[in-house]
Amino acid sequence: MNHRRVLNSVLVYSLLPGMSLIFLIPVWMMLAGSFKADDLVLQHAGSLQGYFPASMSMQNYQDVFDRVPFLRYLLNSMLITSTIVIAGALVNSLAGYALARLRWPGRDWILLVIIALMIIPLEAIAVPLFYEVTLLGWRDTYLVQIVPFIANAFSIYLFYTFFLGLPREFEEAARIDGAGSWRIFFNIVAPNAKPVYAAVAILTFLTQWGSFLWPLMVTHSEEVRPLPLGIAAFYTLPPLQWGDIFAFGVMMVSPVLLVFIVFQRWFVAGVATTGVKG
Amino acid sequence: MTTQPDNLSRQDTAAAWVFILPAIAGLLSFVLLPFALALLLSFTNLRLGSPLPTEFMGWTQYQRIFTDTAFLRALGNNTLFALTVVPLQTVLALLLATLVNRPLRGMIAFRSLFFMPVVFPLSLVSVVWILMFAPGPQGTINSLLEFVTLGAWQPRDFLHDTFWALPAITLTSIWQGVGFQMVILLAALQSIPAELYEAAKVDGASGRQQFLHITLPQLRNALIFVVLVTTILAFRLFDQVQIMTQGGPQHATTTVMYEAVNAAFAGQQVARGAAMTVVFFTIVLLITLLQRYVLKHEKAIE
Repeated sequence: MNHRRVLNSVLVYSLLPGMSLIFLIPVWMMLAGSFKADDLVLQHAGSLQGYFPASMSMQNYQDVFDRVPFLRYLLNSMLITSTIVIAGALVNSLAGYALARLRWPGRDWILLVIIALMIIPLEAIAVPLFYEVTLLGWRDTYLVQIVPFIANAFSIYLFYTFFLGLPREFEEAARIDGAGSWRIFFNIVAPNAKPVYAAVAILTFLTQWGSFLWPLMVTHSEEVRPLPLGIAAFYTLPPLQWGDIFAFGVMMVSPVLLVFIVFQRWFVAGVATTGVKG
Repeated sequence: MTTQPDNLSRQDTAAAWVFILPAIAGLLSFVLLPFALALLLSFTNLRLGSPLPTEFMGWTQYQRIFTDTAFLRALGNNTLFALTVVPLQTVLALLLATLVNRPLRGMIAFRSLFFMPVVFPLSLVSVVWILMFAPGPQGTINSLLEFVTLGAWQPRDFLHDTFWALPAITLTSIWQGVGFQMVILLAALQSIPAELYEAAKVDGASGRQQFLHITLPQLRNALIFVVLVTTILAFRLFDQVQIMTQGGPQHATTTVMYEAVNAAFAGQQVARGAAMTVVFFTIVLLITLLQRYVLKHEKAIE
């Protein structure tokens, strides 16, 4: 029995590093490549030299700023994503609260519609939405990348289920003291709902930060385009220089990676909540 | 200061409408309306910038796309992609989740590492993997295969190869997405009551028996959920294709969304693109209904 346990641990500890390599290699290749001369990146891609550069240079990072408006892409991504996350948290939590706690005619009916809307992915409506925003004259703006994604059926549902599970006592006590729905929500409910706000914020962030299809369809100028389009455009911008591309990639992902490392517990918890609803 | 129930519920109603109005306005204008438009437009001949008046055309768009070889190939590719990604990614996610779900030192570091690619935008992952799949003997994957097969492997240009392009996209997608499923399965693993395993140990059940008779049945709902989400994701495939292969070579990696976006965006054929997204939505709906049915059916058995 005991030697089996030892064997088991040995297996786990040998399988884990092997798996880790698969996840590390592409990331490490990008990081090492970003410090190398452009022509050496491809040349070394299949050898150990690719992962342990002999000399390091920041030239590629300089090149990125010379060749494309990297900071513009970064600021655009940050502006678009943070507006959606913050406005979405407010709009969807208010809706979730109205559905979970307030009594009003039509509530059950609207709840049903919202649950049904959860299964419509962006892809299913992308083409008519593209037509709609063309008619509105919204193409190639920040607006078109923000407004359609604030209200979100799945976020409303997550807030709704969380608020249902919250004990009612404090709200009832406040109500007896004469507090209105707004005060109850902002002073009592919202401060007790931090886990669900974090989960929704992280899930929204993950989808919006990487958003590619929609901005590709509705924007064409650098002034409003976000990072994912930036890297795709940079890859097709001749001459093909892998060192520059990887420097772009490293700068694109490191702020997010930093946030992830600091808040990884919240990330994991946030993603896990999507499974609970199933 | 007495609030009669009648008065209270009127207050409630007023507040509720204010609370929910922004969300309803957003969902109506940007989900429900375009959804209705998709159905409506797919029966017309609408083109952007066309001088011809828009006309009702019945099922013509659907007849056209279902006789279009590229679109049929796209449906086939999505199906093939789903049939490979879903089992591979689910099994790998389960393997990683069980590996990480141990009270051993350093597990949180491994969990973070496997989850890390999830925070990488797909566009960046696609670009990085283009270099992984670089043609010729110096490409990472090529040289790795050459090393493993002791030189028997003939280096190839994966992304321009009609056979290898789709598997290359499959591998890229699994690498990026498996951490998400791992975390969901890990949460489910950790919610299995420890007493079940203790009882099984007392009865002398082996590790394999415990896995088959406790872990898998307890994970059933989480597994069904993961399979559903991954299948739908497989039919949404777009970013990797757009960046890595542009649907090529010879439609070998084209997908329903790639065709729809190209019709609407490059060709300005909004009606045709709408018809394709209606087909896409029908597939998503069928998968979701199937999952609901399976869950209900399983509950009925219990």
